Amino acid sequence: MSDSQSNTFQVDFMGKRLIAMVLSGVVLAAALGSLSYQGLNLGLDFTGGSLVEVKLAEKVDPQTVRGYLVDAGFTNGTVQTFGSDEDLLIRVPPREELGATGQVGLGDEIFAALAAEYPGIVLQQSNYVGPAVGDELAEDGGLALLTALLVVMLYILFRFTKQFSVGAVTALAHDVIIVLGCFSIFGWTFDLTVLAALLAVIGYSLNDTIVVSDRIRENFRRARRGTPIEIINQALNQTLGRTLVTSLTTLFVLLALLFAGGEVIRGFATALSIGVVIGTYSSIYVAANVLLLMNISREDLLVPEPEQDGSEDGSYP
Amino acid sequence: MNHDESRPQDNGGQGTTLLGAPSRRGPMNVFPLWKNILVVTVCLLGALFAAPNIFQPDPAVQIRSLDADAKISAAQKARVLAALDKAGVAVIGVDEDDGSLLVRLQDEAAQLGARGLIADTLNDNVGDFVVALAQAPTTPQWLQDLGGKPMSLGLDLFGGAHFLLQVNMQDYIAGVVDNSAEGMRDKLIDERIRFLPNRNWVDGQTISIGFRDEATREAAKAALVDYQDFLVQERESAGDLILRFTLTEDKIRALEDRAISQNLTSLRNRVNELGVSEPQVQRLGRSRIVVDLPGIQDSARAKEILNKFANLEFRLEALPRARKSQLETYEYQGRMQDIMRRNIVTGNNVQDAQQSYDPETSQPQVSIELDNEGGRKMHAATKDNIGRSMAILFIEQKPRVREVVRDGETIEEYYTIEERRLISVATIQAALGFSFRITGLSLREAQDLALLLRAGALAAPMYIVEERTVGAQLGDENIRRGWQSVAIGFALVLAFMIFYYRGFGLAANVALTANLTLLVAIMSILGATLTLPGIAGIVLTVGMAVDANVLIFSRIREELKNNPPQMAIQAGFDRALLTITDANVTTFFVAIILLSIGSGPVRGFAVTLAVGIVTSMFTAILVTRALVNLMYGGRKLESIKI
Repeated sequence: MSDSQSNTFQVDFMGKRLIAMVLSGVVLAAALGSLSYQGLNLGLDFTGGSLVEVKLAEKVDPQTVRGYLVDAGFTNGTVQTFGSDEDLLIRVPPREELGATGQVGLGDEIFAALAAEYPGIVLQQSNYVGPAVGDELAEDGGLALLTALLVVMLYILFRFTKQFSVGAVTALAHDVIIVLGCFSIFGWTFDLTVLAALLAVIGYSLNDTIVVSDRIRENFRRARRGTPIEIINQALNQTLGRTLVTSLTTLFVLLALLFAGGEVIRGFATALSIGVVIGTYSSIYVAANVLLLMNISREDLLVPEPEQDGSEDGSYP
Repeated sequence: MNHDESRPQDNGGQGTTLLGAPSRRGPMNVFPLWKNILVVTVCLLGALFAAPNIFQPDPAVQIRSLDADAKISAAQKARVLAALDKAGVAVIGVDEDDGSLLVRLQDEAAQLGARGLIADTLNDNVGDFVVALAQAPTTPQWLQDLGGKPMSLGLDLFGGAHFLLQVNMQDYIAGVVDNSAEGMRDKLIDERIRFLPNRNWVDGQTISIGFRDEATREAAKAALVDYQDFLVQERESAGDLILRFTLTEDKIRALEDRAISQNLTSLRNRVNELGVSEPQVQRLGRSRIVVDLPGIQDSARAKEILNKFANLEFRLEALPRARKSQLETYEYQGRMQDIMRRNIVTGNNVQDAQQSYDPETSQPQVSIELDNEGGRKMHAATKDNIGRSMAILFIEQKPRVREVVRDGETIEEYYTIEERRLISVATIQAALGFSFRITGLSLREAQDLALLLRAGALAAPMYIVEERTVGAQLGDENIRRGWQSVAIGFALVLAFMIFYYRGFGLAANVALTANLTLLVAIMSILGATLTLPGIAGIVLTVGMAVDANVLIFSRIREELKNNPPQMAIQAGFDRALLTITDANVTTFFVAIILLSIGSGPVRGFAVTLAVGIVTSMFTAILVTRALVNLMYGGRKLESIKI
């Protein structure tokens, strides 16, 4: 319950920075390896195709349903349960021979084929994404991620120094790659909502990194003596309480989403939950580590005119 | 550092304008009255504008007039109510608004039956009205007058269908270029200007015509000077002299705009027939159209309708000697009119139709422009038939809904009826060509005819590139689950804050509640649509909004080590502010990027995130501060618990 209140409670974060670097390196390598080797299980939003979610009156075996679909001519569709045993998610890729205009009817055909077998069936949702739209969504998504990183980099460059800027963006890239890696390794579906979550991870992790960076800067300016490692350690300890409390409250609501939000929001909540944990770690070990690697010193943070120092605290234009 | 240690006091006067810390002489941590009033006012306004979301809407049936002039008369209203009364449908209220009628019903089960009944009652004018299932707001009138309205629910929460249609511009523009090439060829032949044979004239957006010598090329250039939509270039290729016409970028844009607006008109007319209370048909980018149909139950039928359209046929009046097998008979303005079975041209040949005024008589008229093929056919058919009448036949596939009882349950079933009617019969005054006029109409008739001619056929072919349909049942489930997770997450955070920060936690919790209220209020005022990712954004905001408070409280704890309580409180707030601002501004950037680049679910999430950042900054800095000031400010404190 106590944070930096007592000076006896001091964690030597930076003393373990080599271990952290190795750990980050291994996890990043695993993530990148999985991403390049097996890639992401892209959702309908990015691949294009048709998806139908149905609710049946009783529990059924997805394999039986798949058999009916094959009979109806859908040979390469996938059937999986979605949330409960009565909920089924059926996905079929676009059919080349139907051209651009014929694809949109596939969902209705699938539903009709199943409705013939299961009288009590209810159509929950039916989505169709054309191949061109899928490509665009993927392109826009990638663009959004890169723009977000770039804008963040510029803003921090403007507000802090280049060491902080590189540190923050390295931390963000670290988080994004690891969350993507988890989705790749476990084969979870990566769709538009997960992309939104990824961008929220950027926002969240950034929040954390800036709070820590802000304190590191303040301590550097204030300290007369002490090595950079000591100063950073002190800042990390001072912000530790806040970092943990915020991560905890955010995780509370994410767990609420994960367990009560239903199947549609699960991917989103999963990505963010992982992101919050990784983001907390990275603001301590990645961003601060980069500062040390880039040889941050007190001189980098001195403000040219002493009067401006006063205006740094307290008010913001 | 001495300077730093004393800063909280120094700053009191000049540095903290945003916080408005008390002047050096006054007591510490007391807000001036105006600031307390501001905080209370904003929170009350927030509560006021968030309130409409609490009122559950009544199930209702909406009767909307398609035509601005044809309003529902008192007699029709009485008939509708009488019919409902007779059938034993409990009506709890009727709202009248600008020609549309909203009949509020007791329960949702009555909705379908009531709609069928109303449609039957108004049967004779059914073409003039849309009878749709609707949700009637139950927000009190005084609140509505202030502009209070609930957030509208996205399709994933309400159920319904979303379509993205791609307009095939390439084909359309190629068609226009083809037509121009045909026209140029005819013109050159008419003027006896010899061009080189055996050349493929058209290539994409350019037309190239070859000539043997400079003189003919010049003559051709002069003859084709009217084609101003093209950029003319002189080229040489393998000894041939070439005139190259390239469609200008301006014209391409203009053609795209026209194609889209014509397709939009067409789609709106179609969609109006679907019986959806608030359909949305909008252009997206250069060549796409979005169609949102909230609450529609049969999306398969909607798809059919989006792909199927009305058409027009221009036909000659049947002469008395015509054989029965050659003609068809339709009613027109109260009398029977025989017309030929064979058409001259169809609506696909109509490029444009505008209502205008005859420059000589100032009477309303409709100016029609046909494409090249249509112009030639029209000319051939009319040149020997001056004095005879020409009729325009409107053929329409109309979707209809009916309620059928199957397995003891009332469900909706869609079916199509084909409607054919004469919309104009006019005498041919001269041989007609590419462009001609129909006169002798009233203003209203001329406007309607121009609209029908434009809207009857699609300018450019379209196809569906994206569809998202959500069943009503899933929508309900999504809402229920969404709010449930908001409630659970909110409760967990509130409990934790009280447990961890005690008195300060209470202040933070009030601020958090104010934050949630303000967020909902701003979303409602902005008319933002709430989606499931939007709810996720709200949940996340709740989780992250405490961050600002946590930052402040941790800082106060720290400052307590070296300062007396009042000074620590002030220093904590002051010093945390910069950090809070930096962190929130960057996150806000991310939200804006999401909003501008993202689509669909990403945008829904981004809107709530962006609004949430603004409200959480306000509540964390001002609301929490006001409460902390009230609890601790302006008196002597030996110690505080935090």
